[in-house]
Amino acid sequence: MSHPTSHPTSRRTNNRIALLPTAALLLGALYCLLPVAWVLVAATKAGDELFSTFTFAPGTGLLDNITDLTDYRDGVYWRWMANSGLYAGLGALLSCAVSALAGYGLAVYRFRGREAVFSVLLAGVLMPPVILAIPQYLMLAEVELTDSYPSVLLPLVLSPYGIYLARIYAAAAVPTELLEAARVDGSGEWRIFRTVALPMMLPGLVTIFLFQFVAIWNNFLLPYVMLSDDEKFPITLGLFTLLNQGSNTPALYTLVITGSLLAIVPLIALFLVIQRFWSLDLLSGAVKS
Amino acid sequence: MTRRRSAYGARRRAPYAFLAPAVVLFLLFFALPIGYAIWLSLHRIEVQGLGLGSGARSEVWAGLGNYADALGDSELLASALRVLGYGLIVIPVMLGLALLFALLLDAERVRGRRVGRLVIFLPYAVPGIIAGMLWGFLYLPSVSPLHHVLDSVGLSAPDLLSGGPLYVAMANIAVWGGTGFNMIVIYTSLRAIPAEIYEAARLDGCSQLQIALRIKIPMVAPALVLTFFFSVIATLQVFNEPTTLRPLTNSIPTTWSPMMKVYQDAFRGGDIHAAAATAVVIAVVTLALSFAFLRVANSRNRQEEAAR
Repeated sequence: MSHPTSHPTSRRTNNRIALLPTAALLLGALYCLLPVAWVLVAATKAGDELFSTFTFAPGTGLLDNITDLTDYRDGVYWRWMANSGLYAGLGALLSCAVSALAGYGLAVYRFRGREAVFSVLLAGVLMPPVILAIPQYLMLAEVELTDSYPSVLLPLVLSPYGIYLARIYAAAAVPTELLEAARVDGSGEWRIFRTVALPMMLPGLVTIFLFQFVAIWNNFLLPYVMLSDDEKFPITLGLFTLLNQGSNTPALYTLVITGSLLAIVPLIALFLVIQRFWSLDLLSGAVKS
Repeated sequence: MTRRRSAYGARRRAPYAFLAPAVVLFLLFFALPIGYAIWLSLHRIEVQGLGLGSGARSEVWAGLGNYADALGDSELLASALRVLGYGLIVIPVMLGLALLFALLLDAERVRGRRVGRLVIFLPYAVPGIIAGMLWGFLYLPSVSPLHHVLDSVGLSAPDLLSGGPLYVAMANIAVWGGTGFNMIVIYTSLRAIPAEIYEAARLDGCSQLQIALRIKIPMVAPALVLTFFFSVIATLQVFNEPTTLRPLTNSIPTTWSPMMKVYQDAFRGGDIHAAAATAVVIAVVTLALSFAFLRVANSRNRQEEAAR
Protein backbone atom coordinates (compact mmCIF):
# COMPACT_ATOMS: atom_id res chain seq x y z
CA MET A 1 0.00 0.00 0.00
CA SER A 2 1.18 3.50 -0.67
CA HIS A 3 1.83 6.00 2.08
CA PRO A 4 2.19 9.37 0.39
CA THR A 5 2.57 11.16 3.73
CA SER A 6 5.34 9.01 5.10
CA HIS A 7 8.10 11.34 3.90
CA PRO A 8 6.50 14.78 4.21
CA THR A 9 9.77 16.65 4.58
CA SER A 10 11.83 14.74 2.12
CA ARG A 11 12.77 16.71 -0.95
CA ARG A 12 14.88 14.10 -2.58
CA THR A 13 13.45 13.16 -5.95
CA ASN A 14 14.05 9.47 -5.32
CA ASN A 15 11.49 9.38 -2.54
CA ARG A 16 8.78 11.27 -4.38
CA ILE A 17 6.01 9.12 -5.68
CA ALA A 18 5.65 9.09 -9.41
CA LEU A 19 1.92 9.70 -9.57
CA LEU A 20 1.10 8.85 -13.14
CA PRO A 21 3.02 5.55 -13.24
CA THR A 22 1.61 4.53 -9.85
CA ALA A 23 -1.87 5.27 -11.12
CA ALA A 24 -1.20 3.18 -14.24
CA LEU A 25 -0.08 0.21 -12.13
CA LEU A 26 -3.13 0.61 -9.90
CA LEU A 27 -5.41 0.69 -12.93
CA GLY A 28 -3.83 -2.50 -14.23
CA ALA A 29 -4.36 -4.17 -10.87
CA LEU A 30 -8.01 -3.08 -10.83
CA TYR A 31 -8.53 -4.46 -14.33
CA CYS A 32 -7.11 -7.81 -13.22
CA LEU A 33 -9.32 -7.86 -10.13
CA LEU A 34 -12.53 -6.84 -11.92
CA PRO A 35 -13.89 -10.27 -12.95
CA VAL A 36 -12.80 -11.84 -9.66
CA ALA A 37 -14.50 -9.08 -7.67
CA TRP A 38 -17.58 -9.48 -9.85
CA VAL A 39 -17.87 -13.23 -9.33
CA LEU A 40 -17.43 -12.67 -5.59
CA VAL A 41 -20.44 -10.35 -5.61
CA ALA A 42 -22.50 -12.25 -8.16
CA ALA A 43 -22.20 -15.49 -6.19
CA THR A 44 -24.07 -13.81 -3.35
CA LYS A 45 -27.08 -13.06 -5.55
CA ALA A 46 -30.18 -15.19 -5.56
CA GLY A 47 -31.38 -16.28 -9.02
CA ASP A 48 -33.82 -13.41 -9.56
CA GLU A 49 -31.36 -10.82 -8.26
CA LEU A 50 -28.69 -11.77 -10.81
CA PHE A 51 -30.43 -10.17 -13.76
CA SER A 52 -32.29 -7.42 -11.90
CA THR A 53 -29.99 -5.70 -9.40
CA PHE A 54 -26.92 -3.57 -10.19
CA THR A 55 -23.87 -5.63 -11.13
CA PHE A 56 -21.82 -4.82 -8.05
CA ALA A 57 -24.68 -4.70 -5.56
CA PRO A 58 -24.29 -7.67 -3.20
CA GLY A 59 -27.19 -10.08 -2.95
CA THR A 60 -28.60 -12.19 -0.18
CA GLY A 61 -28.23 -15.74 -1.37
CA LEU A 62 -24.60 -16.93 -1.06
CA LEU A 63 -25.32 -19.74 1.39
CA ASP A 64 -28.45 -20.79 -0.50
CA ASN A 65 -26.42 -20.83 -3.73
CA ILE A 66 -23.75 -23.04 -2.18
CA THR A 67 -26.44 -25.37 -0.83
CA ASP A 68 -28.11 -25.50 -4.25
CA LEU A 69 -24.78 -26.24 -5.87
CA THR A 70 -24.04 -29.01 -3.37
CA ASP A 71 -27.50 -30.51 -3.89
CA TYR A 72 -27.28 -30.34 -7.67
CA ARG A 73 -27.40 -33.93 -8.91
CA ASP A 74 -26.28 -35.39 -5.57
CA GLY A 75 -23.18 -33.27 -5.21
CA VAL A 76 -21.64 -33.90 -8.63
CA TYR A 77 -19.99 -30.49 -8.32
CA TRP A 78 -17.76 -31.60 -5.44
CA ARG A 79 -17.01 -34.77 -7.32
CA TRP A 80 -15.66 -32.58 -10.18
CA MET A 81 -13.54 -30.63 -7.71
CA ALA A 82 -12.14 -33.84 -6.25
CA ASN A 83 -11.43 -35.13 -9.77
CA SER A 84 -9.55 -31.92 -10.62
CA GLY A 85 -7.57 -32.29 -7.41
CA LEU A 86 -6.67 -35.85 -8.38
CA TYR A 87 -5.77 -35.04 -12.01
CA ALA A 88 -3.73 -31.97 -11.05
CA GLY A 89 -2.14 -33.34 -7.87
CA LEU A 90 -1.15 -36.77 -9.13
CA GLY A 91 -0.38 -35.50 -12.63
CA ALA A 92 1.90 -32.74 -11.36
CA LEU A 93 3.67 -35.18 -9.03
CA LEU A 94 4.36 -37.66 -11.85
CA SER A 95 5.35 -34.85 -14.17
CA CYS A 96 7.74 -33.49 -11.58
CA ALA A 97 9.39 -36.88 -11.14
CA VAL A 98 9.84 -37.42 -14.90
CA SER A 99 11.12 -33.86 -15.37
CA ALA A 100 13.57 -34.15 -12.47
CA LEU A 101 15.03 -37.39 -13.83
CA ALA A 102 15.31 -36.13 -17.40
CA GLY A 103 16.54 -32.65 -16.44
CA TYR A 104 19.21 -34.11 -14.18
CA GLY A 105 20.30 -36.60 -16.83
CA LEU A 106 20.63 -33.82 -19.40
CA ALA A 107 22.43 -31.39 -17.09
CA VAL A 108 24.96 -33.66 -15.43
CA TYR A 109 26.05 -36.19 -18.05
CA ARG A 110 27.75 -35.71 -21.38
CA PHE A 111 26.68 -38.27 -23.92
CA ARG A 112 26.16 -38.66 -27.62
CA GLY A 113 22.93 -37.11 -28.84
CA ARG A 114 22.31 -35.10 -25.68
CA GLU A 115 21.36 -31.89 -27.44
CA ALA A 116 19.35 -33.78 -30.05
CA VAL A 117 17.26 -35.51 -27.37
CA PHE A 118 16.77 -32.19 -25.58
CA SER A 119 15.65 -30.40 -28.74
CA VAL A 120 13.24 -33.15 -29.72
CA LEU A 121 11.67 -33.21 -26.25
CA LEU A 122 11.34 -29.41 -26.30
CA ALA A 123 9.76 -29.42 -29.74
CA GLY A 124 6.78 -31.08 -28.05
CA VAL A 125 5.84 -27.59 -26.79
CA LEU A 126 5.16 -26.51 -30.35
CA MET A 127 2.64 -29.24 -31.06
CA PRO A 128 -0.87 -27.82 -30.85
CA PRO A 129 -2.80 -29.85 -28.24
CA VAL A 130 -5.75 -30.49 -30.57
CA ILE A 131 -3.45 -32.09 -33.08
CA LEU A 132 -2.22 -34.50 -30.44
CA ALA A 133 -5.63 -34.98 -28.88
CA ILE A 134 -7.31 -36.54 -31.93
CA PRO A 135 -4.80 -39.36 -32.50
CA GLN A 136 -4.33 -39.77 -28.73
CA TYR A 137 -8.06 -40.31 -28.44
CA LEU A 138 -8.14 -42.82 -31.30
CA MET A 139 -5.13 -44.71 -29.94
CA LEU A 140 -6.49 -44.88 -26.42
CA ALA A 141 -9.79 -46.04 -27.92
CA GLU A 142 -7.91 -48.98 -29.45
CA VAL A 143 -6.85 -50.12 -25.98
CA GLU A 144 -10.25 -49.15 -24.52
CA LEU A 145 -8.80 -46.51 -22.24
CA THR A 146 -10.88 -43.50 -23.33
CA ASP A 147 -13.35 -42.12 -20.82
CA SER A 148 -11.08 -43.23 -17.97
CA TYR A 149 -8.92 -41.45 -15.41
CA PRO A 150 -5.63 -42.51 -17.09
CA SER A 151 -6.78 -41.01 -20.42
CA VAL A 152 -6.65 -37.53 -18.87
CA LEU A 153 -3.75 -38.21 -16.54
CA LEU A 154 -1.14 -39.89 -18.73
CA PRO A 155 -0.89 -37.61 -21.81
CA LEU A 156 -0.10 -34.65 -19.52
CA VAL A 157 2.71 -36.30 -17.55
CA LEU A 158 5.41 -35.36 -20.05
CA SER A 159 6.02 -31.63 -19.77
CA PRO A 160 8.67 -30.24 -22.15
CA TYR A 161 8.68 -27.01 -20.18
CA GLY A 162 9.20 -28.93 -16.93
CA ILE A 163 12.18 -30.78 -18.40
CA TYR A 164 13.62 -27.49 -19.65
CA LEU A 165 13.30 -25.92 -16.20
CA ALA A 166 14.63 -29.03 -14.42
CA ARG A 167 17.72 -29.00 -16.62
CA ILE A 168 18.39 -25.35 -15.80
CA TYR A 169 17.87 -25.92 -12.07
CA ALA A 170 20.05 -29.01 -12.02
CA ALA A 171 22.85 -27.25 -13.90
CA ALA A 172 22.69 -24.23 -11.57
CA ALA A 173 22.08 -25.86 -8.21
CA VAL A 174 24.10 -29.09 -8.29
CA PRO A 175 27.90 -28.53 -8.26
CA THR A 176 29.84 -31.04 -10.35
CA GLU A 177 32.59 -31.31 -7.69
CA LEU A 178 30.05 -32.60 -5.18
CA LEU A 179 28.98 -35.35 -7.57
CA GLU A 180 32.59 -36.29 -8.21
CA ALA A 181 33.27 -36.43 -4.47
CA ALA A 182 30.28 -38.73 -3.97
CA ARG A 183 31.55 -40.97 -6.78
CA VAL A 184 35.00 -41.18 -5.19
CA ASP A 185 33.23 -42.26 -2.00
CA GLY A 186 31.79 -45.12 -4.02
CA SER A 187 28.17 -44.03 -4.29
CA GLY A 188 26.21 -45.33 -7.27
CA GLU A 189 24.66 -42.94 -9.80
CA TRP A 190 21.10 -43.47 -8.61
CA ARG A 191 22.09 -43.01 -4.97
CA ILE A 192 23.92 -39.78 -5.83
CA PHE A 193 20.83 -38.48 -7.59
CA ARG A 194 18.56 -39.34 -4.68
CA THR A 195 20.71 -38.21 -1.77
CA VAL A 196 22.86 -35.42 -3.21
CA ALA A 197 21.16 -33.86 -6.23
CA LEU A 198 17.46 -34.21 -5.44
CA PRO A 199 17.53 -32.14 -2.21
CA MET A 200 19.42 -29.39 -4.02
CA MET A 201 16.94 -29.35 -6.89
CA LEU A 202 13.95 -29.22 -4.54
CA PRO A 203 13.12 -25.48 -4.77
CA GLY A 204 13.10 -25.75 -8.55
CA LEU A 205 10.97 -28.89 -8.42
CA VAL A 206 8.40 -27.09 -6.27
CA THR A 207 8.11 -24.55 -9.08
CA ILE A 208 7.67 -27.28 -11.68
CA PHE A 209 5.04 -28.95 -9.51
CA LEU A 210 3.06 -25.73 -9.12
CA PHE A 211 3.39 -24.89 -12.80
CA GLN A 212 2.11 -28.31 -13.82
CA PHE A 213 -0.60 -28.28 -11.15
CA VAL A 214 -1.99 -25.03 -12.54
CA ALA A 215 -1.60 -26.23 -16.14
CA ILE A 216 -3.49 -29.48 -15.50
CA TRP A 217 -6.14 -27.87 -13.27
CA ASN A 218 -6.78 -25.31 -16.02
CA ASN A 219 -6.77 -27.84 -18.86
CA PHE A 220 -10.00 -28.17 -20.74
CA LEU A 221 -9.33 -29.62 -24.14
CA LEU A 222 -8.01 -33.06 -23.19
CA PRO A 223 -10.87 -34.00 -20.82
CA TYR A 224 -13.30 -32.42 -23.34
CA VAL A 225 -12.01 -34.84 -25.98
CA MET A 226 -11.48 -37.91 -23.78
CA LEU A 227 -14.37 -38.03 -21.33
CA SER A 228 -18.08 -38.60 -21.74
CA ASP A 229 -19.02 -39.87 -18.26
CA ASP A 230 -19.53 -36.75 -16.18
CA GLU A 231 -18.62 -38.58 -12.97
CA LYS A 232 -15.02 -38.35 -14.21
CA PHE A 233 -15.14 -34.71 -15.33
CA PRO A 234 -12.68 -32.18 -13.92
CA ILE A 235 -14.14 -28.91 -12.70
CA THR A 236 -13.45 -26.96 -15.93
CA LEU A 237 -15.40 -29.42 -18.08
CA GLY A 238 -18.14 -29.79 -15.47
CA LEU A 239 -18.76 -26.06 -15.30
CA PHE A 240 -18.69 -25.77 -19.08
CA THR A 241 -21.43 -28.40 -19.45
CA LEU A 242 -23.45 -26.57 -16.80
CA LEU A 243 -23.05 -23.31 -18.73
CA ASN A 244 -24.09 -25.09 -21.91
CA GLN A 245 -27.29 -26.32 -20.31
CA GLY A 246 -27.76 -22.85 -18.82
CA SER A 247 -28.47 -21.36 -22.23
CA ASN A 248 -31.80 -23.22 -22.05
CA THR A 249 -32.41 -22.88 -18.33
CA PRO A 250 -30.99 -19.58 -17.00
CA ALA A 251 -31.59 -20.78 -13.42
CA LEU A 252 -28.40 -22.79 -13.85
CA TYR A 253 -26.43 -19.56 -14.34
CA THR A 254 -26.47 -18.97 -10.58
CA LEU A 255 -24.94 -22.40 -10.09
CA VAL A 256 -22.31 -21.72 -12.76
CA ILE A 257 -21.34 -18.44 -11.11
CA THR A 258 -21.17 -19.84 -7.59
CA GLY A 259 -19.31 -22.86 -8.96
CA SER A 260 -16.79 -20.62 -10.76
CA LEU A 261 -16.08 -18.72 -7.55
CA LEU A 262 -15.53 -21.88 -5.51
CA ALA A 263 -13.35 -23.33 -8.28
CA ILE A 264 -10.90 -20.42 -8.36
CA VAL A 265 -10.69 -20.00 -4.58
CA PRO A 266 -8.28 -22.95 -4.04
CA LEU A 267 -5.88 -21.79 -6.74
CA ILE A 268 -5.90 -18.17 -5.60
CA ALA A 269 -5.40 -19.27 -1.99
CA LEU A 270 -2.54 -21.49 -3.13
CA PHE A 271 -0.92 -18.52 -4.86
CA LEU A 272 -1.29 -16.19 -1.90
CA VAL A 273 0.18 -18.73 0.50
CA ILE A 274 3.11 -19.83 -1.60
CA GLN A 275 4.14 -16.44 -2.96
CA ARG A 276 5.86 -15.81 0.39
CA PHE A 277 8.54 -18.35 -0.30
CA TRP A 278 8.06 -19.00 -3.96
CA SER A 279 9.99 -16.73 -6.24
CA LEU A 280 8.01 -15.88 -9.35
CA ASP A 281 11.38 -15.43 -11.04
CA LEU A 282 11.82 -19.20 -11.02
CA LEU A 283 8.83 -19.51 -13.30
CA SER A 284 10.64 -17.93 -16.19
CA GLY A 285 13.69 -20.07 -15.63
CA ALA A 286 15.91 -17.41 -14.12
CA VAL A 287 18.16 -18.88 -11.46
CA LYS A 288 20.11 -16.70 -9.09
CA SER A 289 23.14 -18.39 -7.63
CA MET B 1 40.16 -52.28 -11.20
CA THR B 2 37.02 -54.18 -12.15
CA ARG B 3 35.09 -52.10 -9.68
CA ARG B 4 36.26 -48.90 -11.30
CA ARG B 5 35.44 -50.21 -14.75
CA SER B 6 31.90 -51.22 -13.73
CA ALA B 7 31.39 -47.83 -12.09
CA TYR B 8 32.46 -46.21 -15.34
CA GLY B 9 30.02 -48.39 -17.26
CA ALA B 10 27.21 -47.49 -14.88
CA ARG B 11 28.07 -43.86 -15.35
CA ARG B 12 27.92 -44.20 -19.11
CA ARG B 13 24.57 -45.92 -18.99
CA ALA B 14 23.11 -43.63 -16.33
CA PRO B 15 21.91 -40.74 -18.53
CA TYR B 16 19.91 -43.13 -20.70
CA ALA B 17 18.24 -44.56 -17.61
CA PHE B 18 17.43 -41.08 -16.30
CA LEU B 19 15.95 -40.08 -19.65
CA ALA B 20 14.06 -43.34 -20.23
CA PRO B 21 10.71 -42.36 -18.65
CA ALA B 22 10.60 -39.07 -20.56
CA VAL B 23 11.56 -40.71 -23.84
CA VAL B 24 9.00 -43.51 -23.45
CA LEU B 25 6.25 -40.99 -22.68
CA PHE B 26 7.36 -38.87 -25.62
CA LEU B 27 7.17 -41.83 -27.99
CA LEU B 28 3.77 -42.94 -26.69
CA PHE B 29 1.99 -39.62 -26.36
CA PHE B 30 3.79 -37.34 -28.85
CA ALA B 31 5.65 -39.22 -31.59
CA LEU B 32 3.17 -42.05 -32.10
CA PRO B 33 0.08 -39.81 -32.20
CA ILE B 34 1.80 -37.46 -34.66
CA GLY B 35 2.72 -40.38 -36.90
CA TYR B 36 -0.82 -41.69 -36.66
CA ALA B 37 -2.27 -38.28 -37.52
CA ILE B 38 -0.08 -38.13 -40.64
CA TRP B 39 -1.14 -41.66 -41.61
CA LEU B 40 -4.81 -40.74 -41.14
CA SER B 41 -4.42 -37.58 -43.21
CA LEU B 42 -3.24 -39.69 -46.15
CA HIS B 43 -6.21 -42.06 -46.06
CA ARG B 44 -9.93 -41.84 -46.47
CA ILE B 45 -12.98 -44.01 -45.94
CA GLU B 46 -14.34 -45.72 -49.02
CA VAL B 47 -17.93 -46.85 -48.89
CA GLN B 48 -18.94 -49.76 -51.07
CA GLY B 49 -22.47 -50.33 -52.27
CA LEU B 50 -24.99 -48.90 -49.86
CA GLY B 51 -22.49 -48.64 -47.05
CA LEU B 52 -24.22 -51.32 -45.00
CA GLY B 53 -22.50 -54.20 -43.25
CA SER B 54 -19.09 -54.36 -41.67
CA GLY B 55 -17.09 -54.84 -44.86
CA ALA B 56 -18.71 -51.97 -46.69
CA ARG B 57 -16.44 -49.28 -45.24
CA SER B 58 -12.71 -49.55 -45.71
CA GLU B 59 -9.77 -47.19 -45.34
CA VAL B 60 -8.03 -46.56 -48.62
CA TRP B 61 -5.02 -44.49 -49.68
CA ALA B 62 -6.07 -40.93 -50.43
CA GLY B 63 -2.74 -39.39 -51.36
CA LEU B 64 -2.84 -35.65 -50.87
CA GLY B 65 -6.58 -35.48 -51.51
CA ASN B 66 -7.44 -34.58 -47.92
CA TYR B 67 -4.83 -31.82 -48.00
CA ALA B 68 -6.21 -30.41 -51.22
CA ASP B 69 -9.68 -30.38 -49.63
CA ALA B 70 -8.38 -28.74 -46.45
CA LEU B 71 -6.49 -26.00 -48.29
CA GLY B 72 -9.46 -25.32 -50.54
CA ASP B 73 -11.91 -25.26 -47.63
CA SER B 74 -13.46 -21.81 -47.36
CA GLU B 75 -14.49 -22.45 -43.75
CA LEU B 76 -10.88 -23.06 -42.75
CA LEU B 77 -9.78 -19.90 -44.54
CA ALA B 78 -12.52 -17.92 -42.82
CA SER B 79 -11.51 -19.25 -39.40
CA ALA B 80 -7.85 -18.47 -40.12
CA LEU B 81 -8.78 -14.88 -41.02
CA ARG B 82 -10.85 -14.51 -37.85
CA VAL B 83 -7.91 -15.69 -35.75
CA LEU B 84 -5.62 -13.30 -37.63
CA GLY B 85 -7.89 -10.38 -36.70
CA TYR B 86 -8.09 -11.61 -33.14
CA GLY B 87 -4.30 -12.01 -32.92
CA LEU B 88 -3.72 -8.50 -34.28
CA ILE B 89 -5.57 -7.20 -31.21
CA VAL B 90 -4.35 -9.67 -28.57
CA ILE B 91 -0.62 -9.72 -29.23
CA PRO B 92 0.23 -5.99 -29.37
CA VAL B 93 -2.11 -5.08 -26.51
CA MET B 94 -1.07 -7.95 -24.25
CA LEU B 95 2.68 -7.54 -24.80
CA GLY B 96 2.44 -3.75 -24.65
CA LEU B 97 0.71 -3.95 -21.28
CA ALA B 98 3.10 -6.65 -20.04
CA LEU B 99 6.09 -4.46 -20.95
CA LEU B 100 4.52 -1.37 -19.39
CA PHE B 101 3.72 -3.13 -16.12
CA ALA B 102 7.14 -4.79 -16.00
CA LEU B 103 8.78 -1.36 -16.38
CA LEU B 104 6.53 0.08 -13.69
CA LEU B 105 7.44 -2.78 -11.33
CA ASP B 106 11.09 -1.97 -11.97
CA ALA B 107 10.74 1.80 -11.41
CA GLU B 108 11.89 3.15 -8.04
CA ARG B 109 9.32 5.84 -7.43
CA VAL B 110 6.25 3.75 -8.18
CA ARG B 111 4.31 2.63 -5.11
CA GLY B 112 2.37 -0.59 -4.56
CA ARG B 113 4.76 -2.64 -6.68
CA ARG B 114 4.58 -5.81 -4.58
CA VAL B 115 0.79 -5.84 -4.53
CA GLY B 116 0.66 -4.84 -8.19
CA ARG B 117 2.92 -7.70 -9.20
CA LEU B 118 0.84 -10.23 -7.34
CA VAL B 119 -2.55 -8.96 -8.49
CA ILE B 120 -1.61 -8.62 -12.16
CA PHE B 121 -0.19 -12.15 -12.08
CA LEU B 122 -3.34 -13.47 -10.38
CA PRO B 123 -5.37 -14.21 -13.57
CA TYR B 124 -2.74 -16.83 -14.39
CA ALA B 125 -4.28 -18.92 -11.60
CA VAL B 126 -7.76 -18.70 -13.13
CA PRO B 127 -8.56 -21.46 -15.65
CA GLY B 128 -9.10 -20.09 -19.17
CA ILE B 129 -12.54 -21.66 -19.28
CA ILE B 130 -13.60 -19.92 -16.07
CA ALA B 131 -12.04 -16.62 -17.19
CA GLY B 132 -14.10 -16.93 -20.37
CA MET B 133 -17.26 -17.54 -18.36
CA LEU B 134 -16.68 -14.61 -15.99
CA TRP B 135 -16.04 -12.16 -18.83
CA GLY B 136 -18.86 -13.74 -20.82
CA PHE B 137 -21.31 -12.91 -18.05
CA LEU B 138 -19.85 -9.40 -17.82
CA TYR B 139 -20.60 -8.97 -21.54
CA LEU B 140 -24.23 -10.09 -21.18
CA PRO B 141 -26.45 -6.99 -21.43
CA SER B 142 -28.60 -8.05 -18.45
CA VAL B 143 -25.57 -8.43 -16.18
CA SER B 144 -22.87 -6.11 -17.56
CA PRO B 145 -21.97 -3.00 -15.53
CA LEU B 146 -21.12 -1.22 -18.81
CA HIS B 147 -24.68 -1.66 -20.03
CA HIS B 148 -26.01 -0.63 -16.65
CA VAL B 149 -24.06 2.63 -16.67
CA LEU B 150 -24.86 3.45 -20.31
CA ASP B 151 -28.55 2.66 -19.81
CA SER B 152 -28.78 5.00 -16.86
CA VAL B 153 -27.53 7.91 -18.96
CA GLY B 154 -29.87 6.96 -21.77
CA LEU B 155 -27.34 5.54 -24.24
CA SER B 156 -27.57 2.15 -25.84
CA ALA B 157 -24.52 -0.03 -25.34
CA PRO B 158 -23.00 -2.00 -28.23
CA ASP B 159 -23.68 -5.72 -28.38
CA LEU B 160 -20.33 -7.09 -27.23
CA LEU B 161 -21.07 -10.62 -28.36
CA SER B 162 -21.38 -10.14 -32.12
CA GLY B 163 -19.73 -8.45 -35.07
CA GLY B 164 -16.61 -6.33 -34.59
CA PRO B 165 -16.95 -5.91 -30.80
CA LEU B 166 -16.87 -9.71 -30.45
CA TYR B 167 -13.21 -9.68 -31.51
CA VAL B 168 -12.42 -7.11 -28.85
CA ALA B 169 -14.44 -9.03 -26.26
CA MET B 170 -12.67 -12.27 -27.12
CA ALA B 171 -9.24 -10.59 -27.22
CA ASN B 172 -9.87 -9.01 -23.83
CA ILE B 173 -10.19 -12.46 -22.22
CA ALA B 174 -6.80 -13.52 -23.59
CA VAL B 175 -5.19 -10.20 -22.64
CA TRP B 176 -6.57 -10.49 -19.11
CA GLY B 177 -5.31 -14.04 -18.72
CA GLY B 178 -1.90 -13.64 -20.38
CA THR B 179 -0.54 -10.22 -19.42
CA GLY B 180 0.65 -11.29 -15.95
CA PHE B 181 2.73 -14.21 -17.11
CA ASN B 182 4.44 -12.20 -19.85
CA MET B 183 4.99 -9.36 -17.41
CA ILE B 184 6.86 -11.74 -15.08
CA VAL B 185 9.07 -13.00 -17.91
CA ILE B 186 9.98 -9.43 -18.94
CA TYR B 187 10.36 -8.30 -15.33
CA THR B 188 12.77 -11.15 -14.59
CA SER B 189 14.86 -10.06 -17.53
CA LEU B 190 14.79 -6.43 -16.29
CA ARG B 191 16.05 -7.49 -12.87
CA ALA B 192 19.06 -9.11 -14.50
CA ILE B 193 20.37 -5.79 -15.88
CA PRO B 194 23.39 -4.72 -13.77
CA ALA B 195 22.74 -1.60 -11.68
CA GLU B 196 25.99 0.08 -12.77
CA ILE B 197 24.48 0.75 -16.17
CA TYR B 198 21.78 2.91 -14.60
CA GLU B 199 24.32 4.75 -12.46
CA ALA B 200 26.27 5.69 -15.55
CA ALA B 201 23.10 6.86 -17.30
CA ARG B 202 22.02 8.89 -14.29
CA LEU B 203 25.38 10.63 -14.13
CA ASP B 204 24.86 11.52 -17.75
CA GLY B 205 21.60 13.17 -16.72
CA CYS B 206 19.13 10.64 -18.11
CA SER B 207 15.59 10.75 -16.71
CA GLN B 208 13.76 7.60 -15.60
CA LEU B 209 11.75 7.68 -18.80
CA GLN B 210 14.87 7.98 -20.94
CA ILE B 211 16.49 5.11 -19.03
CA ALA B 212 13.40 3.00 -19.66
CA LEU B 213 13.25 3.81 -23.37
CA ARG B 214 16.96 3.82 -24.23
CA ILE B 215 18.41 1.21 -21.88
CA LYS B 216 15.77 -1.07 -20.40
CA ILE B 217 13.67 -1.82 -23.47
CA PRO B 218 16.65 -2.63 -25.74
CA MET B 219 18.17 -4.77 -22.98
CA VAL B 220 15.02 -6.89 -22.58
CA ALA B 221 14.58 -7.35 -26.33
CA PRO B 222 15.32 -11.11 -26.10
CA ALA B 223 12.54 -11.54 -23.50
CA LEU B 224 10.18 -9.55 -25.72
CA VAL B 225 11.01 -11.73 -28.69
CA LEU B 226 10.41 -14.87 -26.62
CA THR B 227 7.05 -13.67 -25.28
CA PHE B 228 6.03 -12.62 -28.80
CA PHE B 229 6.88 -16.06 -30.11
CA PHE B 230 4.87 -17.89 -27.45
CA SER B 231 1.96 -15.50 -27.89
CA VAL B 232 1.81 -16.21 -31.63
CA ILE B 233 1.80 -19.97 -30.98
CA ALA B 234 -0.93 -19.62 -28.35
CA THR B 235 -3.01 -17.42 -30.68
CA LEU B 236 -2.82 -19.94 -33.52
CA GLN B 237 -4.21 -22.54 -31.12
CA VAL B 238 -7.02 -20.47 -29.61
CA PHE B 239 -9.85 -22.77 -28.58
CA ASN B 240 -11.02 -22.18 -24.99
CA GLU B 241 -12.22 -18.57 -25.18
CA PRO B 242 -14.49 -18.89 -28.24
CA THR B 243 -15.74 -22.29 -27.01
CA THR B 244 -16.76 -20.80 -23.66
CA LEU B 245 -18.47 -17.78 -25.17
CA ARG B 246 -20.49 -19.90 -27.62
CA PRO B 247 -23.28 -20.84 -25.19
CA LEU B 248 -23.87 -17.13 -24.49
CA THR B 249 -24.42 -15.94 -28.05
CA ASN B 250 -25.59 -17.11 -31.44
CA SER B 251 -22.88 -15.33 -33.39
CA ILE B 252 -19.95 -17.70 -32.80
CA PRO B 253 -19.95 -20.56 -35.32
CA THR B 254 -18.65 -23.99 -34.31
CA THR B 255 -15.72 -23.40 -36.66
CA TRP B 256 -14.74 -19.95 -35.32
CA SER B 257 -11.04 -20.84 -35.00
CA PRO B 258 -9.03 -23.44 -36.95
CA MET B 259 -8.72 -25.55 -33.79
CA MET B 260 -12.47 -25.52 -33.31
CA LYS B 261 -12.87 -26.62 -36.91
CA VAL B 262 -10.51 -29.55 -36.34
CA TYR B 263 -12.45 -30.55 -33.23
CA GLN B 264 -15.73 -30.17 -35.08
CA ASP B 265 -14.63 -32.29 -38.05
CA ALA B 266 -13.14 -35.02 -35.88
CA PHE B 267 -15.67 -35.43 -33.10
CA ARG B 268 -18.94 -33.95 -34.36
CA GLY B 269 -18.72 -34.34 -38.12
CA GLY B 270 -17.08 -37.74 -37.78
CA ASP B 271 -14.56 -37.12 -40.57
CA ILE B 272 -11.35 -38.07 -38.77
CA HIS B 273 -9.32 -38.10 -41.98
CA ALA B 274 -10.21 -34.56 -43.02
CA ALA B 275 -9.63 -33.38 -39.45
CA ALA B 276 -6.21 -35.02 -39.40
CA ALA B 277 -5.22 -33.28 -42.64
CA THR B 278 -6.33 -29.89 -41.30
CA ALA B 279 -4.48 -30.59 -38.04
CA VAL B 280 -1.28 -31.43 -39.91
CA VAL B 281 -1.57 -28.25 -41.98
CA ILE B 282 -1.85 -26.19 -38.78
CA ALA B 283 1.08 -28.05 -37.21
CA VAL B 284 3.23 -27.43 -40.30
CA VAL B 285 2.36 -23.71 -40.25
CA THR B 286 3.27 -23.59 -36.54
CA LEU B 287 6.57 -25.38 -37.11
CA ALA B 288 7.44 -23.23 -40.12
CA LEU B 289 6.80 -20.08 -38.09
CA SER B 290 8.90 -21.48 -35.24
CA PHE B 291 11.88 -22.29 -37.43
CA ALA B 292 11.69 -18.95 -39.24
CA PHE B 293 11.58 -17.29 -35.85
CA LEU B 294 14.57 -19.23 -34.52
CA ARG B 295 16.59 -18.37 -37.61
CA VAL B 296 15.84 -14.67 -37.26
CA ALA B 297 16.59 -14.76 -33.52
CA ASN B 298 19.85 -16.63 -34.10
CA SER B 299 21.06 -14.37 -36.87
CA ARG B 300 20.27 -11.33 -34.74
CA ASN B 301 22.30 -12.79 -31.87
CA ARG B 302 25.22 -13.36 -34.21
CA GLN B 303 25.01 -9.82 -35.55
CA GLU B 304 25.04 -8.47 -32.01
CA GLU B 305 28.00 -10.61 -31.09
CA ALA B 306 29.82 -9.46 -34.22
CA ALA B 307 29.03 -5.84 -33.35
CA ARG B 308 30.70 -6.29 -29.97
